[in-house]
Amino acid sequence: MMINHLVIAPVLLPLLMAVLLLLLRQQRLFLQRILSIISVIGQIVLAIGLLVAVGSGEILVYAVGNWSAPFGIVLVADRLAAWMLMITALLSLCALIYAVRGADRAGQHFHVLFQLQLLGLNGAFLTGDLFNLFVFFEVLLLASYSLLLHGGGRLRTKAGLHFVVINLVGSTLFLFAVGTLYGTLGTLNMADLAVKVAETAPENIFLVRTAGLLLFAVFALKAALLPLYAWLPAAYAHTSASVAALFAIMTKVGAYSILRVYTLIFGQQAGPAANLIEGWLLPLALATLIVGMFGVLASTHLRQQVAYLVVVSIGSLFIAFGLNTSAGIAAGIYYLPHSTFAAAAFFLLTDAIANRRGEASDKFEVGMAITHQRLFGVLFFTAAVLIIGLPPLSGFVGKFLILRAAIGHPGLLWIMSIVLVTSLLGLIALARSGSLLFYRTHAAEATIASATSAETGIMPVTRELIPIISLLALCLILVIQAGPVMDFALATADQLLKPSAYIDAVLSNGGIR
Amino acid sequence: MEALIALILGTLTACGVYLILRGRTFPVVLGLTFLSYAVNLFLLVMGRLTIGKPPIIMEGVTDYADPLPQALVLTAIVIGFAMTAFVIVLSLKAQAELGNDHVDGKHK
Repeated sequence: MMINHLVIAPVLLPLLMAVLLLLLRQQRLFLQRILSIISVIGQIVLAIGLLVAVGSGEILVYAVGNWSAPFGIVLVADRLAAWMLMITALLSLCALIYAVRGADRAGQHFHVLFQLQLLGLNGAFLTGDLFNLFVFFEVLLLASYSLLLHGGGRLRTKAGLHFVVINLVGSTLFLFAVGTLYGTLGTLNMADLAVKVAETAPENIFLVRTAGLLLFAVFALKAALLPLYAWLPAAYAHTSASVAALFAIMTKVGAYSILRVYTLIFGQQAGPAANLIEGWLLPLALATLIVGMFGVLASTHLRQQVAYLVVVSIGSLFIAFGLNTSAGIAAGIYYLPHSTFAAAAFFLLTDAIANRRGEASDKFEVGMAITHQRLFGVLFFTAAVLIIGLPPLSGFVGKFLILRAAIGHPGLLWIMSIVLVTSLLGLIALARSGSLLFYRTHAAEATIASATSAETGIMPVTRELIPIISLLALCLILVIQAGPVMDFALATADQLLKPSAYIDAVLSNGGIR
Repeated sequence: MEALIALILGTLTACGVYLILRGRTFPVVLGLTFLSYAVNLFLLVMGRLTIGKPPIIMEGVTDYADPLPQALVLTAIVIGFAMTAFVIVLSLKAQAELGNDHVDGKHK
């Protein structure tokens, strides 16, 4: 009885907290910050609870309003969903701690929007219904539009307009796909769809495949897969640091949806529509990796470079998923939290560095030397090593697992050469930006810089460091605990590739007994 | 009837796509509205076109209208409405901040 309600709790907590924060908007910011942080910590606890509950391979089904599937909406917690919830909660805590230093004062309702964003994210990971997935996508998008624009500014507005319009077009395509699936198969419950797709009548198979590929286009847009990645660099580069850090999980929502839908509904068991995107995913992922790395090389400022590194990480992630084997998906599940935390840490670090460089900000030009240069140099180096995938940090383990999973794949030569060459290019690009930011400085102005930064009231350095170091520490945990994490990832991949357990759990469970 | 609906859908979508590809924010917003009209209509007819049939189980009736697309389309309309309102406000903000109504914020 109790365990059932645990499934909906990660959706309810941010929703109720958002409402509460909206009611308390006249209160002091301090109170709002405390409540917001409490809510995120609560979500971490809930995610741990869910991870423990599903760790043994059990699939928890929660029939909302006790309307049994396939008629009502179900929330489903399996290993993958709990894993994503955990990543989201940890990431959002770090982003929030960075934001409460003052970025949340730049506009109104930051904490309300932050909680609504988490509501959308958690809901998208838990839902077992395709239309409900659309609704949660819209919730998280609407919150993200406002968060992206939070604080205002010309460039932010311009990037925001593109982001909003392209996502609205994406939402429309999503609805077309959902409508086509409902029109041909008569259901929107994902487990039920999985059953029905396998039994599609031959005359309808083209419609189902079209809808499936349309869905792929939508999720690829959210995940920023080539050729639909162009919105990402501008949007991520121009928003505030804590929001950019939180958005590191946004592309992963697309990745999650692709993994879920194309293993469950259009997976190996799907009969005439089986392995629908197998021929698409791997080439697109490799192309994304290459183009993203060109972007990294051509970037003119550090934020843009990190944004392109997010595109690169999406490429690597989809190479893992595109292998369509248990080992490949497991490598992807390991790589996913690494790339999320590393990108978020880099965004926060970029902001901390940019704030100290005065006029030059994060542009790649000779600027003044920053305060705490050695400390930030070490952090930059660590983050760069992490994100490029050099040993001994989790990026290396992730890339190693992906390459090892690719052994035996017919495209091994392509995968191997592209991944390794782009890693080298990334190394060159980040070494270049690092040396420019930390070595080629106006030494004479260093003293002035430290004086002005003290005057302009830059926060004590420790408060900036806590979230950055926490994120890096999370990546370190991924290395130290690589064995148990990989066991979990393999178990998750097996669960995904055998969707019959998911289907049975959803369709046999009539709700709360 | 099906052919007529299909024609309307196609026209709406084509107009929407054309307008979205325009350079100024107002046509783009209109295009998004056209697309959302098209998709709402599309969702509604996905329950098949039926006339005068009950959507809720009644005695002595075997043929029903599908009530679910109506629920779906209602949700889609509400969301689409909110998004349109948001994108209009954002366009006005962009017009005010960037000094012109080009989607890229460029002067001619």
